Amino acid sequence: MLTYIIRRLIGAIAMLIVISMVTFGIFFVVPQWAGSSPEAMASRYVGRAATPETVHLVAQKLGFYDPVIVQYGRFAKGIVAGAEYDYGAGVEQCPAPCFGYSFISGQPVWPDLLDRMPVTFSLAIGAALLWVLGGVSVGVISALRRGTFFDRLSMGTALAGVSLPIFFTGMLSLVVFSYGLGWTPPGGSWTDFTENPAQWAFNLLLPWITLAFLFAATYARLTRAGMLETMGEDYVRTARAKGLSERDVVVKHGLRAALTPILTLFGIDFGLLIGGAVLTETTYTLPGLGQFAILAIRNQDLPQVMGVVLFAACFVVVASLIVDLLYAWVDPRVRLS
Amino acid sequence: MSFLDVKDLKIHFPTDDGVVKSVDGLTFGLERGQTLGIVGESGSGKSVTSLGILGLHKGGRAKISGEIWLDGEELVSAPAEQVRGLRGKKMAMIFQDPLSSMHPYYTVGHQIIEAYRIHNAVSKQVARKHAVDLLGRVGIPEPGKRVDSYPHEFSGGMRQRAMIAMALSCDPELLIADEPTTALDVTVQAQILDLMRDLQREFNSALIIITHDLGVVAELADDILVMYGGKCVEYGKTDEIFYNPEHPYTWGLLGSMPRLDREPTERLLPIKGSPPSLINVPPGCAFHPRCPYADRTEGRASTEVPDLAPTERGHLVRCHMPRTERRSLWENEIKPVLETQ
Amino acid sequence: MSENEPLLSVRNVEKHFPVTAGLFKKQVAAVKAVDGISFDVFKGETLGLVGESGCGKSTTGRLVTRLLEPTGGSVEFEGRDITHLSQGKLRPLRRDMQMIFQDPYSSLNPRHTVGAIVGAPFRIQGVRTENGVKKAVQDILALVGLNPEHYNRYPHEFSGGQRQRIGIARTLALKPKLIIADEPVSALDVSIQAQVVNLLEDLQKELDLTYVVIAHDLSVVRHISDRVAVMYLGKIVEIADRKRLYSSPMHPYTNALLSAVPVPDPKARKERERIRLKGDVPSPLNPPPACRFHTRCWKAQEICKTVEPPLETLASGHSVACHFPENAPVAAATAGEAGKD
Repeated sequence: MLTYIIRRLIGAIAMLIVISMVTFGIFFVVPQWAGSSPEAMASRYVGRAATPETVHLVAQKLGFYDPVIVQYGRFAKGIVAGAEYDYGAGVEQCPAPCFGYSFISGQPVWPDLLDRMPVTFSLAIGAALLWVLGGVSVGVISALRRGTFFDRLSMGTALAGVSLPIFFTGMLSLVVFSYGLGWTPPGGSWTDFTENPAQWAFNLLLPWITLAFLFAATYARLTRAGMLETMGEDYVRTARAKGLSERDVVVKHGLRAALTPILTLFGIDFGLLIGGAVLTETTYTLPGLGQFAILAIRNQDLPQVMGVVLFAACFVVVASLIVDLLYAWVDPRVRLS
Repeated sequence: MSFLDVKDLKIHFPTDDGVVKSVDGLTFGLERGQTLGIVGESGSGKSVTSLGILGLHKGGRAKISGEIWLDGEELVSAPAEQVRGLRGKKMAMIFQDPLSSMHPYYTVGHQIIEAYRIHNAVSKQVARKHAVDLLGRVGIPEPGKRVDSYPHEFSGGMRQRAMIAMALSCDPELLIADEPTTALDVTVQAQILDLMRDLQREFNSALIIITHDLGVVAELADDILVMYGGKCVEYGKTDEIFYNPEHPYTWGLLGSMPRLDREPTERLLPIKGSPPSLINVPPGCAFHPRCPYADRTEGRASTEVPDLAPTERGHLVRCHMPRTERRSLWENEIKPVLETQ
Repeated sequence: MSENEPLLSVRNVEKHFPVTAGLFKKQVAAVKAVDGISFDVFKGETLGLVGESGCGKSTTGRLVTRLLEPTGGSVEFEGRDITHLSQGKLRPLRRDMQMIFQDPYSSLNPRHTVGAIVGAPFRIQGVRTENGVKKAVQDILALVGLNPEHYNRYPHEFSGGQRQRIGIARTLALKPKLIIADEPVSALDVSIQAQVVNLLEDLQKELDLTYVVIAHDLSVVRHISDRVAVMYLGKIVEIADRKRLYSSPMHPYTNALLSAVPVPDPKARKERERIRLKGDVPSPLNPPPACRFHTRCWKAQEICKTVEPPLETLASGHSVACHFPENAPVAAATAGEAGKD
């Protein structure tokens, strides 16, 4: 078990290094391949008004003339240990993790990301709870009552859930519940949890439900398929033959085994969501990481985009690491291999 | 009335293509301490019968009729909850493939403890001690250690022993073993058969052993019931079935098996064709399309279902051929060929 | 028979599968699935290969057909060393050596018609046929007892026994010289097993085939084989012609195996003297040193734990690897008698 954990950890770290390389490549190497000169890249840092000499000087100071390996080393060191930037007008300290400075605001990227994390975390965790509980229970009931009205209704709804995009369901829910009926707060409402938990939850209610609806649909279908399979397994028959109550047969024997693929999917979904629920945050104008990413792209603010991409990728890696470890805990056969 | 009395049991499954008559009018009885062997090929309805006795078809799509009396209690009409209370306690089952029949995520001990605690209000510690005892009794070395192993950490024979320990956890009076040794190696099979024989003697339980292997029933059974196409075709004392069989299907089974206890023959004597699908059982005698003597019944083989009639030797045979003809066929044609083997 | 040149000659063949562990997947051990076995197969004969799960009999089948590459030793087919031939050079050889598998369903592509399945070898090997592939395929279908009209049907439309016939038809397409059959009947019903066994024997006579039959069922192997090799944990422990092996087995393991087979004769069960082995077959990952059977053998002495007994051939042609073989005439006589009644 210990070697399994260590091997997974090493794998995760290797993955993070690869991700940092790929990100670095996309943002610094590919533009050069595409013909962008070091001066052109440096010019983004100094503004349009700068003279060619200044640009050349900054490009030199930022190291755009150095070999790619050296540039990557500096980039990686910035993330791990922090970096010093010299724009010609004095040296600026960028503490770790340093993703550079925003072109627009001139502020370091990391604190901005930190600011936005609570919004995305709140959104993702709340929605995840809803969709896992909802999706799994609907899936289980559908599987047990296969072919009944409930099964057809829920699977039909699930199909709609999978196929309707969130900007549609989101907009619709806002129009109906917030602006029409006035039950829920309008878009853009956000209260910090520490300020007023009740208000926090109330504001997030609609985004939670909308986002959960989308995911719950997939989870319901997956759970149903998994349950139909495990309930036909020999060990479920054994559980019944022991005289176990049907509820225990379903939960302890059937569902327990059906949950493993769901766990895997959940790790990936949740990791992705933490990196920014782009559509949901945009639809409800919530100041989270997804909205941050959209703004950064619109402004062509490369350091911000890079920061959010790296951050999101890390979360996917960490989430799948946790899932892998949970998997080994759930299924003892994994530990051996 | 016997300890177990099954009367005219029918288990039918309605499907889109028609009714699957898995078990179609089965009657038999069994006393404590006795062993009944149910023999048949795939699709003969033998496994459905065993699940039916345990009440595992209740609440499903199956249409069940007839009576199952277990120690004076009728189970077909009893509420599902009442049968559940007996399952695992008064009657228990051992399945064919111990690897797929045990939950891969739980330790062997956990699964035995679970079985015990469903029917006995005891603490986990007490149940665990009981589980270790049982594992030791079915011959698992170091039971105190192996109780915490997962099924995949056991060998095939050990798993089947653990499965037996689980079935025995509440001292059942009726034990049903469905192909208990089919998935095992021959030396391990011999061990498991010995173990089952010893345990049955110790517990004085009634044992039903379901198998396709005539060798296995010859080792264990007191009575044998041969099933074909959802019906019983021959039923009687083990010696009768082996030494005076009267149904052409039983003859066919005996002729199909290469035997280690006789000189090898040039050729085996197979039954032509294949077992019928239960959704489309041939009319009349289900065996008639494969029966070499179907033409001796004046056309009744394909139109009338023969009765399960007693012979003077006290066993039951479902065949249209007159008794005298069956006897002379066996004595003069079948037996000599089988014996020279 | 032994005057002939052997068709297949296997010398000291080994197959070790690496076992990796730890952080860097270092090889820590090897599963010695097959650990130095030698045997010959002569033209026109059937060699049976028996043993329990994990003994390496299936791996042996895959090694001699070069579906696996041996890690040591040599395999000669018709005097030609094929041990390390590349896939390209093996292709023409595949015409002469074919394999029949256990599960007739999973080894047939469900999306192809029977005609396409049986005809595939012609196309793959680019063989020209006189009256077209279809005629050739229909001839083969008739040969294995299938209706040639069923040329356009799919595997699921056939019963288990018929599917195995399709599998056999496929291997016969190119008129192979050697057929390796890995558990050819163990997935089939008893009555169907006999049909397929008979078919294999008929085809052998008609087409002058040579068989290696791999099976766990000792009765089937005895019925079909001329010579039999018994394997235990990657080694051959005994080879002899059928009669000798079954009537006077020399290796204690062979004795135990034969004694463990349940015999369909209820009276004999009381008289038979049984040898009961303790425990399971040890893991091939960590086989016992010297004689691998010593941990379960009732005759084992000190020497069995230290010196590996070589496979020695006696004057009778009987080969056995044991320090204390049961070849005393007295023992042979009792074994023979127990077999007769």
